Amino acid sequence: MARFKPLEEFFAQELHEYEFLPFKFHRLKTGRVFVSNIVGEWLVLDTQTFELFTSSSLTPASAAYADLRARHFLLDRDSGVAVDLLTVKLRQRLQHLRSVFGLAIFVVTLRCEHACPYCQVSRQSDDHAAFDMSPAYADAALKLLFASPAREFKIEFQGGEPLLNFGLIQHIVLEAKRLAEVSGKSVSFVITSNLALLTDDVLAFCAEHDILLSTSLDGPAELHNKNRPRRGNNSHQLATDGIRRVQNRLGADGVAALMTTTKASLDRVVDIIDEYRSQDLHEIFLRPLSPYGFAVKTKWFKAYDQLEWLRFYREGLRYIIDLNRRGERFIELYASTILGKMLTSRPGNYVDMMNPAGIGSRVIVFNYDGDIYASDEARMLAEMGDKTFRLGNVGADSLAEVVLSDSLLDAVEGTVLESAPMCSDCAFQHYCGADPVYHHATQGDPIGHKAFSGFCDRQMGIFEELIELMEADPEAARILSSWVRQ
Amino acid sequence: MIHLSGGCKLAGEWPVSGPSIVGEVMSRDADQLIIDCFFGCERQTVTATFQLSDDASPTPQLALSSELSHLGVGDFISIYPKSGRLRVLFRKESQTNNFLVTEVCDNYCLMCSQPPRKVNDERLLDEIAAIVPRLPKDLHEIGFTGGEPTLRGERFFSILRLLRDELPATAVHVLSNGRAFSRPELAQAWADIRHPDLMVGIPIYSDQSDIHDYVVQADGAFDETVRGVLNLKALRQAVEVRIVLHRHTIGRLEKFAYFIARNLSAVDHVALMGLELMGFAVAHQDDLWIDPREHERAITRAAQTLAWAGLRVSIYNLPLCVLSADARRYAIRSISDWKREYWQACSECSLREKCGGAFFSSRNRMEPYIAPIRELVESADSVIVEEPARRA
Repeated sequence: MARFKPLEEFFAQELHEYEFLPFKFHRLKTGRVFVSNIVGEWLVLDTQTFELFTSSSLTPASAAYADLRARHFLLDRDSGVAVDLLTVKLRQRLQHLRSVFGLAIFVVTLRCEHACPYCQVSRQSDDHAAFDMSPAYADAALKLLFASPAREFKIEFQGGEPLLNFGLIQHIVLEAKRLAEVSGKSVSFVITSNLALLTDDVLAFCAEHDILLSTSLDGPAELHNKNRPRRGNNSHQLATDGIRRVQNRLGADGVAALMTTTKASLDRVVDIIDEYRSQDLHEIFLRPLSPYGFAVKTKWFKAYDQLEWLRFYREGLRYIIDLNRRGERFIELYASTILGKMLTSRPGNYVDMMNPAGIGSRVIVFNYDGDIYASDEARMLAEMGDKTFRLGNVGADSLAEVVLSDSLLDAVEGTVLESAPMCSDCAFQHYCGADPVYHHATQGDPIGHKAFSGFCDRQMGIFEELIELMEADPEAARILSSWVRQ
Repeated sequence: MIHLSGGCKLAGEWPVSGPSIVGEVMSRDADQLIIDCFFGCERQTVTATFQLSDDASPTPQLALSSELSHLGVGDFISIYPKSGRLRVLFRKESQTNNFLVTEVCDNYCLMCSQPPRKVNDERLLDEIAAIVPRLPKDLHEIGFTGGEPTLRGERFFSILRLLRDELPATAVHVLSNGRAFSRPELAQAWADIRHPDLMVGIPIYSDQSDIHDYVVQADGAFDETVRGVLNLKALRQAVEVRIVLHRHTIGRLEKFAYFIARNLSAVDHVALMGLELMGFAVAHQDDLWIDPREHERAITRAAQTLAWAGLRVSIYNLPLCVLSADARRYAIRSISDWKREYWQACSECSLREKCGGAFFSSRNRMEPYIAPIRELVESADSVIVEEPARRA
């Protein structure tokens, strides 16, 4: 086959000097070096390769050269398409800036019949209409929402316990569907509920309108009931009965559960995960307490530090990976969210991990009293008396006034990770998010000092844990890759 | 008198004509065709007979090539009286018909099944244009191959416009090396056709420019092809990436899949394709062929990498028994019936009905790896049977 030319002729050998494309790096505990580029592509290199690469001495014959070239860390004369591809990926990574209000939260009541000491929204037990959203406020909120350019959004009903004001939920669902129909927009619904008040009527309504349920399940009965007290000490029984009823009526995907880690949870991660499995739930979000509401007042938030939580998380993650290894599909959602950002070029849609911050743009909250907040955490903060992230009121303010309020724009602009101190040179920047409400709550400043940030400690800990797992164990790496969400 | 391969000929009173005559088969007997000749000559009906060639080795019966033995009513053929050749342009009973647009190509792929030739074959376009208005309006899909169809530029695009107007419900699939679309104006012209269901299948072979350029034997092709895909996707045109699996593409396959997931995630479909031993691939088979056992893992991982990242992925041209259980769910019955091969052992396989078999051309090389699968019905259900996907 003399007329076919050999491989060598297609690589410009004499031109193998390469240019660097922008990248950041981080030394892992193992001594190896994690490198990431401007769109979040990453590799782990051994120290020697890293030094050869950075001293412009890596030769094209090495496997690392091909990997660094394919992932756009270096540019040589053989191909210039890297720049085009980086452009496309950057645009894709920032595409969420073009869409607004993916999630609209309606706090239909602040009343609740549970009395959880870690409640982050400072629920009211008062059986008083002052803590219910009025239909007039709900209609004004919908009007504002449909006036936005959003084509597609999810309405989430929050509380308190939203089923205490189920009449308003029905009203909002029907009205939103009508408005979606006339405007050609699409809307979906989820109710966040402890399921204690789940009736067949509620289920029938959910089935008719494709409404999903999201609930809390903290673990086995005694742990759950301790975390989530209510009269009768039967919160776990009601939650698990509710989960089963939703599964039977709406299908396996009709209900998702969330857990909150308390001090009593710390040495029970395996029991907690097993509790989910026994309820036929195949996903868990291992979630720490946040510094809002009663969780601060009762000092539950301070009952453990981030390192203790990370130990809990690591043990849980490894247990879940072992379940997958044995053929059982089970996903941890915190990891899944981060992996989506590490392994694809998509930005992800979890508000706490968006950059620029998604508060007030990707998410908006209509509180029971008609006030508008930039995120769920922002209204939790307001219940503690701090209305920094209040954007307006549905009765008084226009859409433009709400989304262009200084308090929102300053917080979002000030916390862009590319320019935030310590974040700007962090190799994990692309997998993280700006969380201005958290840093405002804990440090009195939306940017915060990341050396003292529990958010940063936790995120860094999880990034390192995931990378370490993928590095050390190819099978774990395959399992983790399969968790990426669409 | 038209000479056919297999030592036979098609004898008839062909009308005086231009370079070729195109006709529709009106009736078909064992050894006789009645053809309505409508293009390249005065319209007339010709009765033609299959006969043994004078120089044919003595065989007890007429041996037609498998393509011709399938010939039936409603099929279109093209007759070249001067050279004595006959080509089947369109088979009515076939799920997918591919029109050869040109044999000219600016790539020179190591494994090309249709080796390019520098010829003036614009007549092919005339023949296609003559047939299009006569094709059945309920046709599911039609394909165009080359050579490189885009080298025919506006003339080829005008056929796509003709299809848009004549057969708007028919999906159109074009195989192209994609390089021409690196010119924004050509990508724009493609988008401007505004065909309701048009997809272009573009082969890329590696995440490394030099490896891709080597496989297609054209320096600089990688950059042009990738830019072509980007230009088409920026205009929201449907694009499929095709990866032919052989020794030079398998080494970085999983990494290449990740590259596609990261960089070309907007593409509509990725096809991982078993090698067909045709054309150059026959001469190069010792260099190109890989033991199916050697690539089982790479294919599985590449398919999963793509699927987990949210891309649509299919595996073409490989029998289920050479794929891992995890990879079988992506397998498509892609090989045309007349090129497909099964083995005796396949009758014992529980997945026989869902399996697309192997290319007849790779029969001998594949044979050692063919082993019946005896499985529970449960896992058989996970295999995609007959997705309306593009065929090879």
